Formats: sequence, C-alpha cells, structure tokens
Amino acid sequence: MDEVMQLAAGHFKVPRAELAPGDDFFKKLGIDSLQALTLLSRIENHFHIELPDYELQGVTDFCTLAARIHARL
Amino acid sequence: MLDLREYSSLGGALRVALERWPDEICLIEADRERENCRLTYRQFKEKALPLARALQDAGLGAGTRTAIIMTNQSKWLISAYAIFHCGGVLVPLDYKLTPREHLQLLAHSHAEFLIIEYHLWRAVTQEPGFSNLQTKTVVVTEAPANTELRGAKRWEEFRGEREPVFIERKRSDWACIVYSSGTGGRPKGCVMTHENYLEQCRTLASLFSFWPGVRYLSILPTNHAIDFMIGFIGPFVCGATVVHLRTLRPEFIREAFTRYKITYITVVPMILKNLERGLRERFAALPPGRRKMLDRLIAANRALTRGRPRLWLSRLLLRSIHQAFGGNLRAMFVGGAFTEPATLQFLYDLGIPVGNGYGLTEAGTVITVNDFKPFRADTVGKALPGTEVRIVNPGADGVGEVAARGKTIMSHYLDDPEMTAATIVDGWLMTGDLGKMDPSGHLQLLGRKKNMIVTEGGKNVYPEDIENAFDSLNVKEFCVFAANFIWPQRTMTGEQLVLVARVDDAAQTSSELRSQITERNRQLPDFKRISGYFLWTRDFPRTASMKIKRDALAAEVRAETDRSAIILL
Repeated sequence: MDEVMQLAAGHFKVPRAELAPGDDFFKKLGIDSLQALTLLSRIENHFHIELPDYELQGVTDFCTLAARIHARL
Repeated sequence: MLDLREYSSLGGALRVALERWPDEICLIEADRERENCRLTYRQFKEKALPLARALQDAGLGAGTRTAIIMTNQSKWLISAYAIFHCGGVLVPLDYKLTPREHLQLLAHSHAEFLIIEYHLWRAVTQEPGFSNLQTKTVVVTEAPANTELRGAKRWEEFRGEREPVFIERKRSDWACIVYSSGTGGRPKGCVMTHENYLEQCRTLASLFSFWPGVRYLSILPTNHAIDFMIGFIGPFVCGATVVHLRTLRPEFIREAFTRYKITYITVVPMILKNLERGLRERFAALPPGRRKMLDRLIAANRALTRGRPRLWLSRLLLRSIHQAFGGNLRAMFVGGAFTEPATLQFLYDLGIPVGNGYGLTEAGTVITVNDFKPFRADTVGKALPGTEVRIVNPGADGVGEVAARGKTIMSHYLDDPEMTAATIVDGWLMTGDLGKMDPSGHLQLLGRKKNMIVTEGGKNVYPEDIENAFDSLNVKEFCVFAANFIWPQRTMTGEQLVLVARVDDAAQTSSELRSQITERNRQLPDFKRISGYFLWTRDFPRTASMKIKRDALAAEVRAETDRSAIILL
C-alpha cells in the first residue's frame, strides 16, 4: 500500500504525506480516468507485473488498487 | 468499397468482403508493445466460420439474440461476424458496466447466447443474481487452463467441423440491440436494423474514404456505436485494416501511431483533451527560438488551410508533429460527447483535421458531421446526406429541440412502445438536445432538454440509473437530476449530477447526511457520481402510482432556488 501511494505521489508530483489509503484518487489528485491509467505502467515496472487496463475499472482508492496489485504478485 | 446498395444485411456484405480482399490485412491486435495477432481477410474467415458452425450447432439461428461483452480486441469482431453469418441479432454490451448491470441487460434483451471475456465472466458468476441467468450458451474467451467455467464453453475450442450455413436477412430485420442507457431506470434497448447500418456506412464512406492499405486505430470499445461503424463495418467493406490496441495508455497509443502508420482514429473528447495538453506542454518546453519558429509555421498552416485541409502541405510545414503521429494520419474522429471548439481548432491548426460529429445511439452513428468544407470548430457539422435535421419549436434565438429523420434512425426501443412513441414522433427522432441551425446548415448544440448528462469520456448517464446507489439514505425521499435539467444552461460541457434530499428541517440536517451521501457516491464508477446535493423540505410531487414527477419537481426547485443551493461533495 505504502509503495503504491509513494509511486502515485511521485507520478503526479504531490507530497506523499497528503495521501491516505482511503483517498479517492480521482478527486484528491484532480485527475481523470485516462491520467489514472498512466500510473499503471509505473506500477507494472515497479512490481514487475502486468496490470491490464480493466484492473483499474471501478477502482477509486489506493486501498483497492493495492489489493488488485497484490492479487497479481 | 463494396456497393452497399446491393446487400440486404451486414452479414451478406461482410461475407463478400472476406472473399474480395483475401490477402489484405484486416486485423492487427496489439497490447502494449506486443502484437497478439495479425490476420488477413482469409485468415479472419478461417477463424470465424468454425465458430459460426459451432454456434449454429448449438442452436443460433435467424433472429437469435446473442450478446458480446468484451474489451477492445480481435475476438469481438470475429465473434460478431460469426453471429451475423448465422443470421443472429447482436447485443453489444458495454464491458464497463457492473456484473449486476450485465445480468440485468442480458435478461432484458433475452439474449440466448453470450460471448464474453474470462475476467468479465468470472465477475458475472460471482454476482448474487447469477443463478437467474437465462442465457443458454455462454462462450468464454481467454480462460486460463483448468479453470471451472460454470457451464460455459471455451471460445478457443468452440469450433464446428462442417461449413456453416449462411443465413441471409432482410434489410428491415433486426441487426443489433444497442443499449443507450443503463439499468437502474428503464433500459433503452435501441433496435437497429440492417438497413440502418448499411445506409449509415454508405453515407459515411462517401465523406471519409477507406481503401485497402488504410489503417484505422481502434481504441474505443466496439460496443460503442462509433467504433462499431468506423472500426468494424466501414473498414471491412472497404478492405482496410483495423488495428486494435488493448490499452488506452497514452504512451502506447503514441507508439501505435508510428508503428502501424495509422490513417484514422476515433477518440472521445477526454482523449483529445489529453492529447492537446500533452502537445501544449511539449511546445512550451521548446527553446524560445524553436518555439517562435513553430508558432510561425502553425500560423502559416492555419492561413493556408482556412478553406480546406491540405494534408501534404501541413505534413511539409509541420513535419516533426506529423511524424510523431506516424506521418500517415489523415483525420481523427471524435464523438460520444461534446468537444470544446478550442481543442478542435488547436489540432486543425496543426494540420490534423478532427471530424467532429453529433449522434445518438438511437440514430446509429452520427446524424451530423463536419465535412471540412470548410472546417468549423464551432459546430457539429451538417446533416449527413440522406438524413434530415430540423429544429423543433425554435425560440426567438432560433434554439429548439433537435430532431432527425432518415434511414439510419432506429426501428424502436425494445419492448417499450410508450417510450418509442415519445421519442419517435411522426417519423422524427426527438433527440432531447437543444440546438440551432446556422444559414449554411451547420448545427450548433446548446444544451439539453432531457434529464441526463454525457461525460467527456462519452458516457451517457441517466439519473434514474444511479439512484439505487443511494437507497437507504437517511432522508424522507430523494431524487437525482442533471443540474442542467433543473437550471438549464446553454452549454454541453461540465455537466453534473445533483441529488435532491427531502428532509424535515434543512437547518438541523447534520454532517452525517453528507458522509452517508459521500460513502454511497464512492460506490459508483467515477463517471456516474453526483457532484453535490441540496436539501428540500416539501413533499415530492408524485403520480397516482407514486412515481416521482421529475419534471414537476424540477420546476418547483427551479422556481425557488438556484445553483448556489448545491452543497458540493
């Protein structure tokens, strides 16, 4: 979870301390679904996994995103 | 291109296309930097016919309703052709709906067959209502080996031995049932005939040419009316190539342009805006001297293409930009939602014409489109040949409801004569959108009459479809509206949904209500969420059967409050 938030903070250039696991990242980061997808490649490279775009479908918070990643590790 | 006047069905036209260009590439499927498959028209046929035979053996015949739920990929098209070959009626469902919604629409459409991707099937089987699924044959693509499929068959193994029988259909027969809204309210299953599609395709191809060698990049799901036409039927009846990209990530879209030398692409406004933002950032990062030079070249291109696009000239003047798009791009198409004129003009000035159109699922693909003669960023273009567009009951400013008539308009809404009668009046499709026509016949859209929003991602959201997410809210009653339905605005952008909460005492309503609404809102996909809510202390007007009179409630609210009453979430 922490690594995911760290990656998101770095990718969207926001202080890590401002992000919480339950945050709605669309709202918190002010991004649209297309911008959210750009984070997936960064996550794939970091965890050495493949995350199809559909894994982000319906996901709006870091907690759920981390769970989706965990399932593929 | 095939002369579509000679064909009576999509299956008939596609069948001949597969014979006409056997050695041309018809499909390329890419995922990130990988290429999953590349098929000629002959190879496409060799994959589709055994599937058609297996479907036929399982009972798929003339008029059998068959749903496809898949992301953007080659098996979508192969499966769709197999269905048409058997004379079936295709029900293309949006893969982004929830499993519950999938089950609801499968039930509403009475689909007897279903072809679905494994991860989506898995989600459907885990849904509580799964045991009620009436679909008799389910075929699942890309399922991992040794996985229990709950009675479904594997697409890759679902192959018949003998030649399938081609079942011809009449022009007036149903080709597809396409849902233009979700499920919480009243599903709108638009029944489209073969004639609707054949005529739409013929008209569009007369404006935008496809031929063998043209490469169309398909990134929108094929269940979307635009991609179904421009990313499947259109290219196929012209012998062109469809390149599927199974991701929307900008870096891979950029790469696909250059790797596959793309000729056309269709996008939604959200993608176009992202593209504009990326280009503007790159321009801003240029050293001052190069930036100045670029600005001069753009100004020259703008002046020289004012009357019409001149691709060769734009490619010469702005070479590096066009090279970044692969060097072969002729035009982009944008649809699904309203696009900011500034974005369209920005791209046109770079020599990238964007075919901006206006359409509804009920009208096939589009009813108006910009024909580039000349390019007009401020309108959604002129009516397509064969389609009539008029403004009903225009006010002094010429603005009224847009209505359309022609061979591309749907037959009716599935099992809903009442809604059909309200939508198709004397042969005219009442769009529910407001607009005006300028003297040159260009349509300008200026707002909506109907209670719905369209997102920048091209998603139609009807308030009724999301209300069940707020069930058990601790209020006396509630109702969701498009804010512009209550307080009309002459705009098609920035549309929002708001919830009206009926409470006893607005002054005493606690922050608990806010957190209840926020919590429920977050269960919805991002594009379906409400932006805010406001409190109302009078009973909602209701019909004798206790349904909320939405028009009357909106009128009451409009008379007493303005947008400042909205408590933003």
